[in-house]
Amino acid sequence: MSPAPPVHRGSRPVAVVSFAQTQHVRREANRNEVELLMPVIKEVFANIGITKDDVGFICSGSTDYLVGGPFSFVAALDAVGVWPPRRESHVEMDAAWALFEAWVLLQEGEIDAALVYGFGKSSMGDLAKILALQLDPYVMAPLWPDPVSLAALQARALIDAGKASERAIAEVAARSRRSALANPKAQVADDWSVDDLMAEEYVVNPLRRHALPPLTDGAAAVVLATEERAFEWVERPAFITGIDHRVETHALGARDLTVSPSTTKAASVAGAAAGGIDVAELHAPFAHQELILREALGLPDSVDVNPSGGPLAANPIMSAGLIRIGEAAARIMAGEATRALAHATSGPLLQQNLVAVLEGT
Amino acid sequence: MADASGASGDRGPVTALATPIRLDYRFTAGTAQSRTLRGLARGKFIGQRCPVCHKVYMPSRGSCPTDGVGTDDEVELPDTGTVTTFCVVNVPFAGQTIELPYICAQILLDGANISFMGLIQEIPAAEVRMGLRVEAVWVPEDELGPTMASVRYFRPTGEPDADYETFKEYL
Repeated sequence: MSPAPPVHRGSRPVAVVSFAQTQHVRREANRNEVELLMPVIKEVFANIGITKDDVGFICSGSTDYLVGGPFSFVAALDAVGVWPPRRESHVEMDAAWALFEAWVLLQEGEIDAALVYGFGKSSMGDLAKILALQLDPYVMAPLWPDPVSLAALQARALIDAGKASERAIAEVAARSRRSALANPKAQVADDWSVDDLMAEEYVVNPLRRHALPPLTDGAAAVVLATEERAFEWVERPAFITGIDHRVETHALGARDLTVSPSTTKAASVAGAAAGGIDVAELHAPFAHQELILREALGLPDSVDVNPSGGPLAANPIMSAGLIRIGEAAARIMAGEATRALAHATSGPLLQQNLVAVLEGT
Repeated sequence: MADASGASGDRGPVTALATPIRLDYRFTAGTAQSRTLRGLARGKFIGQRCPVCHKVYMPSRGSCPTDGVGTDDEVELPDTGTVTTFCVVNVPFAGQTIELPYICAQILLDGANISFMGLIQEIPAAEVRMGLRVEAVWVPEDELGPTMASVRYFRPTGEPDADYETFKEYL
């Protein structure tokens, strides 16, 4: 048996000290990405009384496929204003991975604080086609499999394996949407019963409308800071005590779609197994994926999962994962939780997964 | 696909496959750019001023790229400006609608702090120069629309050339 992997605690304590997000909507018809981001960036700095001059690094997550134009992340920098020039980077992934990059740079010791943001408008193109292009370009993408059909294959495999039922999937959706009633930024929030949801037609069997994430236009931002800065700016920073991400093969047919070993591995390295988790924010875009993640993380029923409503309440592509970290941190900063787990996913059917453990002081 | 028949037959291995991709988009200009586009439909250049550095952007994407603040202050700019730099296009290309050679120039409108690309006409290509003073020639009123195509081209005003010092920051 191999020795237990080291926990990625890093050499410098780094905390989330501020979080902001848009009011998530189905279609932001008037504002472009820069205009969507500007108030979020303003808020994430204003929350803690700092300016862009207080962060030594900027990292964003977005994808040009949503915009249909190249280098859209460069244009988005206008929302921050990068004069004098400063160090900047970008990932063509959910901004949770931009946060990971910023965390690594903070470990190196050259900077004390970083701005991380993600943005995306699902409404400008055909998201089902766009997401098909993240699949392998030779044998999968040319078939244009839409994400709902792929998710339905996963849900069917889960049901056939005896790990879920259509009712259990509806229960995830009903709870998420009820929780979202307390989240003013949520797009889908209501108090429908499981029976009401079960009465919906199938979109793709066995998935009904409620099992699908909403299409969302939105953005989010986080400020990370080292211990010293963090306590200057906030009373209760949400320290990232562990963070890791792992990826599985891109060949969907080579995976057991009913489990998420990459999540389990990332959680183990991030130190989640130590327990004591009060709150978990899980980036499960499809309702049945929450069941897979709960098992992969070994979360006991006592854990409050997705009190924000999660991605079933708002799924702004490229920032929905970062929002999980922001929501988990916000609960710690508000004194409502002491140890929280945040999860983000990227790629089709939970291909790549990031787990962060956040703690108060 | 080059060969879907697999290993059988004598056409050899598949060495390439074509997978046509097409994505369609509904572009969002944004509120700031929309104001500029509506201005063009009226035959006007509408820029926006940064409240911090007071620079005027035409067009504006809604944010000052230096200060990261909204540029809500609308500024109507004149039709006149200066060629900051240019190139002579001699190479034919597909879909070309203008006779060769023609001049593609960066034009700094009077009162603006950023240049944009425009076509220069009514002057021999060899006489176009940095600092040349130009004015916009708009399409007829009934052809105006929310597009840069509302400007047919720029032509010389006949004024003396602008001093290099006045536009060297914009190259």
